[in-house]
Amino acid sequence: MRALTWHGRHDVRVDTVPDPEIVNPHDAILRVTSSAICGSDLHLYDGYIPGMRAGDILGHEFMGEVVEVGPQSTLKKGQRVVVPFPIACGQCFFCHKQQYSCCDNTNPVETSDATEFQYGYPMAGVFGYSHLTGGYAGGQAEYVRVPFSNVGPLVVPDHLEDDKVLFLSDILPTGWMAAENCEIEPGDTVAVWGCGPVGLFAIQSALIMGAHRVIAIDHYPTRLALAKQLGAEILDYREVDVREALAEMTGGIGPDAVIDAVGLEAHGISIDNILDQVKAMGFLVTDRIHAFREAVLSVRKGGRVSVPGVYGGFADKFPVGAFMEKGLTMKTGQTHVHRYLKPLLELIEQGKIDTTFLISHHAPLEQAAEMYKHWHDDQNEFTKIVLKTEAATTKQEPKEQQHELA
Amino acid sequence: MADQWTESKSNKALIGAGLAVAVGAAGFLLARRSADVHDDGNNISDAPDHTWRRKTGRYQEGLVGRTVSINKPREEIYRAWRDFTRFPQFMENVDSVEDLGDGRSRWTIKAPLGSTVELLTRITDDVPSDTIAWKSEPESQVQTEGRVELFEVAPDRGTAVRLTMKYDPPAGLPGRAIAKVLQREPNVQARRDLRRFKQLIETGEVSTNASPSARKSESPTQARI
Repeated sequence: MRALTWHGRHDVRVDTVPDPEIVNPHDAILRVTSSAICGSDLHLYDGYIPGMRAGDILGHEFMGEVVEVGPQSTLKKGQRVVVPFPIACGQCFFCHKQQYSCCDNTNPVETSDATEFQYGYPMAGVFGYSHLTGGYAGGQAEYVRVPFSNVGPLVVPDHLEDDKVLFLSDILPTGWMAAENCEIEPGDTVAVWGCGPVGLFAIQSALIMGAHRVIAIDHYPTRLALAKQLGAEILDYREVDVREALAEMTGGIGPDAVIDAVGLEAHGISIDNILDQVKAMGFLVTDRIHAFREAVLSVRKGGRVSVPGVYGGFADKFPVGAFMEKGLTMKTGQTHVHRYLKPLLELIEQGKIDTTFLISHHAPLEQAAEMYKHWHDDQNEFTKIVLKTEAATTKQEPKEQQHELA
Repeated sequence: MADQWTESKSNKALIGAGLAVAVGAAGFLLARRSADVHDDGNNISDAPDHTWRRKTGRYQEGLVGRTVSINKPREEIYRAWRDFTRFPQFMENVDSVEDLGDGRSRWTIKAPLGSTVELLTRITDDVPSDTIAWKSEPESQVQTEGRVELFEVAPDRGTAVRLTMKYDPPAGLPGRAIAKVLQREPNVQARRDLRRFKQLIETGEVSTNASPSARKSESPTQARI
């Protein structure tokens, strides 16, 4: 089959690789139809996440058709499913608590020593996201092996096209959980750093959850325009001092909750971020937390800090004094996607959530390497890229005929 | 040329000074840490034996252990562990375990360079849903003791499974050094084997990342590290 493979920093290629096979009883094999490139894939592309090996297949936002099932899978051949990016066993203490991204069993023993050493306990398995999280092949490919297919995949109704449900795999529930972690109350103002796909879905979710105002911060005009279109007020940090602007816009109180949807590769010209960049080059720190610092300093006293942005290692000048003295609460984590699949699918079916407004480009899987370069270099123009396999184009024709017949 | 020479000389001096400071700091920290090891014969911590620091009264040479929680009833876990012949399913370096009857078993263990080592054990303690302990027979090639204890840590936290193993460290000063290195291995092995056991009992399968890659040396049905 064809698949997008990682070979080093800024070096990804579409290669011919072996097809996946059923290995364990709960496995299923999907023929992928759509697979998106995630903002967090850029951390791999830029070489910030350790534990990558040349030849790894990337991709953790995908959906497709079930073509093979293991004896313990609950799926049936021919079903159309969307797959959560964290792999969860459904049986351990954490899965029973619905903390699916903390699953105790899906990171194989061979690959879990690193996170056990670095974080204290081994992290769950994730598709296509380095050997720290299991070293599973990802879904930017024609076929993918889905372990524990009895737990993760959601069967989606045929009348909803791929683009409407694809983002249930990651960015929609991630934005939703980011807003949920703000514990929004009536009258609240929520400030969101980063208007990438997760930031945009967090804005939409916060407004659905009853936020009075959402203020979005970025520097790409196209992305800020999308935020505005959703109903947010916007700040271009190149035009205004964000902390001052937020305080002034909220009557000197400050936003009640803040969302860092940026993560470890923060942009921005400021002394702290330049120092972070210099230290990161010398491996004195791994994570640049400029957006996070600004969020902690901007949020009101007694406010809430929600962090969907990805961090991996260590940071410098964490404003722990402001954090304690202001009495803040922080909630964060990889998204417990499985928890949100059904309620969010319902909102999509009812037309209450728009999931397609942010897609700027569709491209065939064959052009995936080129698309990574655009995703990295042209973040203003490329707001979300969806890769389509050949299976997607051959599959859609008979379906249209069916609709005509009906 | 002269400039380059003095520059590289001063660089070397700087690196030397940096190293000296680092070594000094490490020495200071180690000295402080060893002074921190507290033993006045009055041990008060409520921690299990295998976690005690060297130089404390409860430290036992050669004792390693690991605990995992498994989301299943004690009876089920006991039954699974009591059947030694299933061990190769989750113990990486155990080729086979043969039941010889009367609580005796013959283990075939993978050793370096493709050879194997035989281990003869006898069950020394067997309390259903609570404890299983075994000890090597005198004629065994390896001398070791092991114990599995099942208990509850707190409500709704499943069953805690604690595996402790003890082996006889070789005598003498060089023997102690070797033992120190060897001690790591059973500990890592115990941790990995226990996690695989947990996966198998909780989910019915041992998780594997076997899947395709662009690496020619790998097959999509083999686990990768």
